[in-house]
Amino acid sequence: MFYLLGTFILLFGFLSVTTRHIFRAAIYLLFCLIGIAGLYFALAYEFLAAVQIVVYVGGIVVLVLFSIFLTHRSGEDLPVPSRIKEFIVFALAFIGFSLTYLILNRSGMGESEAPAVAPTVQNIGAQMLDTQSFGFLLPFEVVSILLLAAMIGAIVIAIKDKAIPSKSEKI
Amino acid sequence: MHEIPINHILFLSTALFFIGVYGFLSRKNMITMLMAVELILNAVNINFVAFNKYLFPGKLDGLFFTIFIIAIAAAEAAVAIAIIINLYRSHKSIDVDEVNDMKY
Amino acid sequence: MMPDTILIALIPIIPFLCFLLLGLTGKKLGAFSGLLGTASMAVSAGFAALTAYQYFFHVGKIDGVFQKMVVFNYHWLQFTPEISINMGMLLDPISVMMLVVVTFVSLMVHIYSLGYMKGEERFSVFYSFLSLFTFSMLGLVLSANLFQTYIFWELVGVSSFLLIGFYYTKPSAVSASKKAFIVTRFADLGFLIGILILGFNAKTLDFGLLIERLIHVESPYLQTAIASSFMGVSALTWGLLLIFVGGAGKSAMFPLHVWLPDAMEGPTPVSALIHAATMVVAGVFLVARLFPIFILSCPVALDVVAYVGIFSSLFAAIIACTQTDIKRVLAYSTMSQIGYMMFALGVSGYEGEAGLGYMGSMFHLFTHAMFKALLFLGAGSVIHYIHSNEMKDMGGLRKAMPITHITFLIACLAIAGIPPFAGFFSKEEILAAAFHKNPVIFYVGLITAAMTAFYMFRLYFSIFWNKPTPSAGHDHHHHGEGPFTMMLPLFILALCSISVGFIPFGQFVTADGQFLANEFHPMFSIAPVSLALGGIFLAMLFYKNANELPAKLAVSMSVLYASAYRKFYIDEVYLFVTKRLIFNLLGRPAAWFDRTIVDGLMNLIGGLTSGFAEMIRGLQSGKVQSYAIWFFAGVLGFAVLFIYLW
Repeated sequence: MFYLLGTFILLFGFLSVTTRHIFRAAIYLLFCLIGIAGLYFALAYEFLAAVQIVVYVGGIVVLVLFSIFLTHRSGEDLPVPSRIKEFIVFALAFIGFSLTYLILNRSGMGESEAPAVAPTVQNIGAQMLDTQSFGFLLPFEVVSILLLAAMIGAIVIAIKDKAIPSKSEKI
Repeated sequence: MHEIPINHILFLSTALFFIGVYGFLSRKNMITMLMAVELILNAVNINFVAFNKYLFPGKLDGLFFTIFIIAIAAAEAAVAIAIIINLYRSHKSIDVDEVNDMKY
Repeated sequence: MMPDTILIALIPIIPFLCFLLLGLTGKKLGAFSGLLGTASMAVSAGFAALTAYQYFFHVGKIDGVFQKMVVFNYHWLQFTPEISINMGMLLDPISVMMLVVVTFVSLMVHIYSLGYMKGEERFSVFYSFLSLFTFSMLGLVLSANLFQTYIFWELVGVSSFLLIGFYYTKPSAVSASKKAFIVTRFADLGFLIGILILGFNAKTLDFGLLIERLIHVESPYLQTAIASSFMGVSALTWGLLLIFVGGAGKSAMFPLHVWLPDAMEGPTPVSALIHAATMVVAGVFLVARLFPIFILSCPVALDVVAYVGIFSSLFAAIIACTQTDIKRVLAYSTMSQIGYMMFALGVSGYEGEAGLGYMGSMFHLFTHAMFKALLFLGAGSVIHYIHSNEMKDMGGLRKAMPITHITFLIACLAIAGIPPFAGFFSKEEILAAAFHKNPVIFYVGLITAAMTAFYMFRLYFSIFWNKPTPSAGHDHHHHGEGPFTMMLPLFILALCSISVGFIPFGQFVTADGQFLANEFHPMFSIAPVSLALGGIFLAMLFYKNANELPAKLAVSMSVLYASAYRKFYIDEVYLFVTKRLIFNLLGRPAAWFDRTIVDGLMNLIGGLTSGFAEMIRGLQSGKVQSYAIWFFAGVLGFAVLFIYLW
């Protein structure tokens, strides 16, 4: 099951970064993310899988699709990148991958036998918002503020600038 | 104990990570670059989850990190797309090579 | 009791202020600037005379000996605990005498230039340069230490350079000024090294201390200076010789004389002031200043001075007999007379009767300043009248220029050493000193004296006789002999040329500061005077009326004549040495080295940088993605580096 999922993820990830159609890239990305959600399921992190689907699939990919609609005429192919550059980048990525993997293999990961905490929603909520022993309350609050700031920032950036007529006329 | 060795999961995350890197460096379209970044973040997420599950099963810290990363990724995607749209308005293009004003 | 410090300080300061004023605002002042310069010079000369009076008759003499007085010594730069550079003023007989000479001749030249330079475009600039020169020269003679001397020495050189090149539109003037500057610079290098050697060994630059430390046999400074040697010659001798090289450069001694004849490209009053009366005797002054060290600690160096002096003297006299440019004749005669002063110092002793040479040298310096300035100014008048420097353009001018004629004759008689004119007395002292010390030098000096008389009267007859008087209405007669301002200095200087010989100089300026009687031995005088008269007679024979004799003589002694006319090819030797040897053997390889190795290295660095920049310019493309690629590659590179290579 895991290997199937892994193949699925990698395949769609790869397709997503190689396809010439941007729209299809987004769709492949969607499948890839769903696959990752499936992986979380397989690893018994149900809550995480749900978050993955809600945020990524329901949020980010939809956002990406919207932006594609805004900036592209549909059916337009992406320009073919230069062979040399593609080769260089591929080689770099491959070197990086092999390097990382070699190091991974060299360092044996001692798997822990400690009693597992079930990643249930109850546990997650209790531990995350605990102020005593675990204490992820502060990052939680910071992230909420970050999200608010990002939202406002995104609106400010994307808002149509009426003050500069030359730019708006171009649009 | 576990049916899947941790190294296999890490192989998956590494491969996904470098696929993302490849996409980020080879794509010229900003939206596809953004998608590649999402792939990279997801690879990191998988890593965190795997570490949490295999190495520190007594804690949920890896899970929390994953959740935070997802939140930040959402924020990042929102801001990035706002920038992309703004850029598209001013340059009529979202090709990174067209946006080479920061030159020399 | 000390002389009035402010009074003495004002002597050089007034010309300096005048220089600043004229240099900065001269254009606005116009013709008035000449009057201003002359007036300030007159004040300065008055102060100098007053100082001389005070010094010689009231404060200078203590127990019958003239003292060295440091009236002012400002501590300026400290080098080591021992050596410092001060700015001071030293009064002793020679500096006071030089004060008088410099200010007096300068005043005469200032007055003369009012007429001579009238209508010049850069009239005020000329006066500002004259003031600068006077200031530097006064600073030089008043210097209380070697380094101050050096500073003013260079200032004098600069002002000389500026004045020689005054007609800077004339290429010959420009090259002459460069030549003068470069040749004297070479000599000054020697001077500087000499200063350093002496300063290092004596641990002082102050004249008083320096002399005191280097003349006593038991002095440790002197012993170290003698003990340390280079190429078999002691440091002391080297120091003194190098200082003499500096002096020889300024004083146009052989073989550093080449600049002096060319320096005649400058305006004639300048030649009178700088290249006859004052600056060129700076070398003599310098040797005289350090004379105690020369005579008491290092007679070898003094011998060198004597031989260089006598050789230059004879050498210049021979050349002077053949030159046709009147200013060049005068230039060589200047060189010859300075040679006289030099060898007079060289044959002098220190104390008592033996110091006759020193006294004679200073005396000759004094009288020479008078009659040589007169000669130059007279020549200036002639040139002003004729508009030419060449003898062949002149002749028969005695009726047209009576005042110039008479004064010039007086000056010629003075330089020829005919009694009772000034030159006679000083020359007698010198020859007497030489006679007692070194017969060879004496006889050569005697010959030179005869030749001096010959070439001076050759000049005189060529200018004022030779041809019939130009008739009235001739094209020369578009103006008179010269304005009053030009005649007055001639008149005054002629008076001086007659009278200064009667000053009992031995009472004032001697080597040890003590009284030395001017003795005259009529029997001794017979030889030089009769030789001089013979020279005059010969010149009269040759040049009084136009005839074939000079040409015949020139033909019969063609080799000698030709080589003397070409100044014994010294200029050619210099050209050969500088152009052929130094340029080709040293300059060319150096230039090649400079161009290919030094420049090449620099160009290589520059080229590499720009090439490399050109290469990586593409990286800075503004394309963010390529930055990212490079960044990623760099990260990978470092990862590999740190993980596997370390």
